[in-house]
Amino acid sequence: MKTKYILKRLLIAIPTFFGITILAYIISSMAPGSPLDMLLADPRMTAEEIARREVALGLDKPVIVQYFTWLSQFLQGNLGFSYRTGRQVFTMISERLGPTLLLTCSSMVLSLLVAVPLGVLAAKKPYSVWDYTASGLSFFTAATPNFFVGLIFIYLFVVQLNILPMGGMYDTTGVRTYAMLARHMIMPTVVLSFQQMGSWIRFTRSSMLEVLSEDYIRTAKSKGLRWNKVVYRHGLRNALIPVVTEIGMSIPTLVGGAVVTEQIFNWPGIGSLMVQSINARDYPVIMGITVMVAAVVLIGNLVVDLAYGLLDPRISYK
Amino acid sequence: MNKQARANGGIKATYFRNVLERFTAHKLAVAGLIILLVEIVLVLVLPPLLHLDPYTSDPVAFGAPPSAEHVLGTDDVGRDLLARLVYGGRVSLLVGLFSTFISLILGVPLGLIAGFYRKLPEIIIMRVADIFMSFPAMILVLVLVAVVGPSVWSVTLVIGVMGWPQFARLIYGNVLSVREKEYVESARAIGTKNLDIIIKYVLPNTFTPVLIAMTFRTAQAIIMESSLSFLGMGVQPPQASWGNMMYDAQSITVLSTRPWMWVPPGICLILTVLSINFFGDGVRDALDPKMKI
Repeated sequence: MKTKYILKRLLIAIPTFFGITILAYIISSMAPGSPLDMLLADPRMTAEEIARREVALGLDKPVIVQYFTWLSQFLQGNLGFSYRTGRQVFTMISERLGPTLLLTCSSMVLSLLVAVPLGVLAAKKPYSVWDYTASGLSFFTAATPNFFVGLIFIYLFVVQLNILPMGGMYDTTGVRTYAMLARHMIMPTVVLSFQQMGSWIRFTRSSMLEVLSEDYIRTAKSKGLRWNKVVYRHGLRNALIPVVTEIGMSIPTLVGGAVVTEQIFNWPGIGSLMVQSINARDYPVIMGITVMVAAVVLIGNLVVDLAYGLLDPRISYK
Repeated sequence: MNKQARANGGIKATYFRNVLERFTAHKLAVAGLIILLVEIVLVLVLPPLLHLDPYTSDPVAFGAPPSAEHVLGTDDVGRDLLARLVYGGRVSLLVGLFSTFISLILGVPLGLIAGFYRKLPEIIIMRVADIFMSFPAMILVLVLVAVVGPSVWSVTLVIGVMGWPQFARLIYGNVLSVREKEYVESARAIGTKNLDIIIKYVLPNTFTPVLIAMTFRTAQAIIMESSLSFLGMGVQPPQASWGNMMYDAQSITVLSTRPWMWVPPGICLILTVLSINFFGDGVRDALDPKMKI
């Protein structure tokens, strides 16, 4: 039964994945100017040399042919070579994947650790101090773009107090320790988690409120259980189920936020590679990142869906 | 006016009074609305009133702190920051409103078609919406803007186009429930055309959630524009936008020694988005207390 459910989820993910590759391809084929422009600008280039490069890059063929060539190469794990550095796109991206996953996962954990308890407390006692704190924080974080938070943080903790490193993952000394990594992670993680905290608080609060209005909660309460016990034993588990699904939905926003955060803190992840590649019109890398991100997002969604199935027995594996 | 019509008029008037009452009960929403209105008036009225010029450099004041001549100081090339803040506000509000309008005119018809006609259109439209939603919008917007070339209009267009699935999904969900209602069935039974059913019965019933979603989307769009401009991929100087005014703060010198260059646009941005969200919250409470967004 379970394998059938997993298979079905996989089958749905496949067309979505192809849709994204097509979308990425259409966008990049709309781009004005080709990588040859940079070569054409070079006075030492001869016409034959340019033609040779054009054939080598496959740019002489129609777009559809180029798409399928690229796709079949992609499925073999070959994302082509960067126009900018001449290196394998696949290698360039995999080097950057680790730092981005570290940053996004730790900031998701942090935002959940702050938001879920706050949301639960707010729902447990509506119109209490906790409730107002929660809604105040959620409005404020939702309204503050993470680059501004980043600037404020750098101003406070680097310029004024000088207690945290300004950016990067390690110092330039060449020594790499976990303690150093942790110190470098503090600001980017907090900034990236800030962005999502608001929606998590609101989401947990409303989910908990909904559960607390259920009949079984009233039953538990009327049989004389302490309110704390009702909330944490009977309510929390059920309230968290939609939160888990929402984790899958939040992955795209998280990755998008990572682009800006990585750029501010010079974090060597996918996001800053993306900005560099866009500036250099390095299309193989841009497309490689787009498709890799799509794959990661789809896998993330799949994992969350499966976790959801495990958490909530009412979800049948049909 | 016959009796029935007068009764209807009375019900309508009561409804609007209730809505207004619920809205004004939400103090933060009222404050948000007032701040937004004041902001709109200021960005329209201040430039002609104070003869603001966001483009000309003052040759004797590069990166100068606030003074009598330049109330908010000047930027690195000597442009008056008050003028840039006001013109930047125009850009931010403009991009937010127009891009939301674009998302709306794309998303609403697509959602209507998918929900009303079902079958193949439904599969295609909602599948494509899924694809859009499952992908980081920020990355697609970055790529698209880079391809089209960054400017106010391309940023507006791209953010607008990327926003359609939100509206399509919302409308789609509503249409699915409305189309099964008795009044739609009876309209169909007496031979009303599909288009008329959509315009007369389906659209009015989806109006409220769309209006609420519009406010929140505008706030999102403003944040997205400022992030793009901050990365240097949005509104391009010399044109001002709150996001690109903060671009210079990526240099540690500006960040640490010239706070007047990057703090005011940040505060305006937060204040604006906060006001829009409070306003939206109030509109939701007033129009549809049960709704969750």
